[in-house]
Amino acid sequence: MNVKHFIEDKLLIFEVNEEIDHHTSERIRKRADYEIERFMPKKVIFDFKKVNFMDSAGIGLIIGRYKLTNSFGGELELVNVSNKLRRVFEMSGILKIIPITQNFSNEKTG
Amino acid sequence: MKNIKNEMKMEFASKSANEAFARVSVAAFVSQLDPTIEEIADIKTSVSEAVTNAIIHAYPNKDGVVKVRALLYEDEIEVEVSDTGEGIENIEEAREPLYTTKGNLERSGMGFTIMENFMDELKVESIVGLGTKVTMSKKINKALQKNTY
Ligand SMILES: Nc1ncnc2c1ncn2[C@@H]1O[C@H](COP(=O)(O)OP(=O)(O)OP(=O)(O)O)[C@@H](O)[C@H]1O
Ligand SMILES: [Mg+2]
Repeated sequence: MNVKHFIEDKLLIFEVNEEIDHHTSERIRKRADYEIERFMPKKVIFDFKKVNFMDSAGIGLIIGRYKLTNSFGGELELVNVSNKLRRVFEMSGILKIIPITQNFSNEKTG
Repeated sequence: MKNIKNEMKMEFASKSANEAFARVSVAAFVSQLDPTIEEIADIKTSVSEAVTNAIIHAYPNKDGVVKVRALLYEDEIEVEVSDTGEGIENIEEAREPLYTTKGNLERSGMGFTIMENFMDELKVESIVGLGTKVTMSKKINKALQKNTY
């Protein structure tokens, strides 16, 4: 996972670049929590551009990071979510509280 | 009786590294039926759910064996994932959305719901102390269309 910090904006971007399942999510979770806890961001963005597989482990991963970010008063957003991944998220209803930002072409993600 | 076109079986140790191996193998096998990308994605996700459940829930504190069997019919795939682990006490409850016994491990309780929605049929059989068998099937529509024209 690629991590980008934007100090002035207190923004953290996680570019996940592997399949998300029970096996891989453990490592992603540890890295993300380490960064969130030390940076206490106002906003966390999960970029799924390079994720071509995700199962229910992804739901647990995002809910957990949402709660942690929230505990510091921050927000969490998802970007570049393919239809395939969206279908998995939709099953759980978490999209009602965690937004997918459409057409994400922020220069910050390069 | 439906005609079995092809069949495969595999078994592996209940290690999380095998989750990707299992779903990719089944996806490669079903490609003979010429499924759409969406159909392959649905099958891959469902196999991943069933295999992960066996690894996490069936054998929580020990290593065990997970078996996967896939049958191909003319226009349908059936996948069986079985374990000889703990078993499920109340299957009806376990199948409910958001029901999980492993919330502390960040499980969301959506595995069975995903299998149910992404496949056409889902059957869960389990005996506490003996193990669990999940059988799921899905029609491959592309193959269906090909056969009618
Ligand atoms: N093979 C199995 N052996 C024993 N118990 C199982 C098995 N599969 C499922 N269960 C039980 O059924 C419950 C629901 O399973 P389900 O896959 O829907 O959710 P989960 O695995 O807890 O969470 P998620 O799949 O969203 O990560 C599990 O919490 C577990 O108690
Ligand atoms: Mg599960």
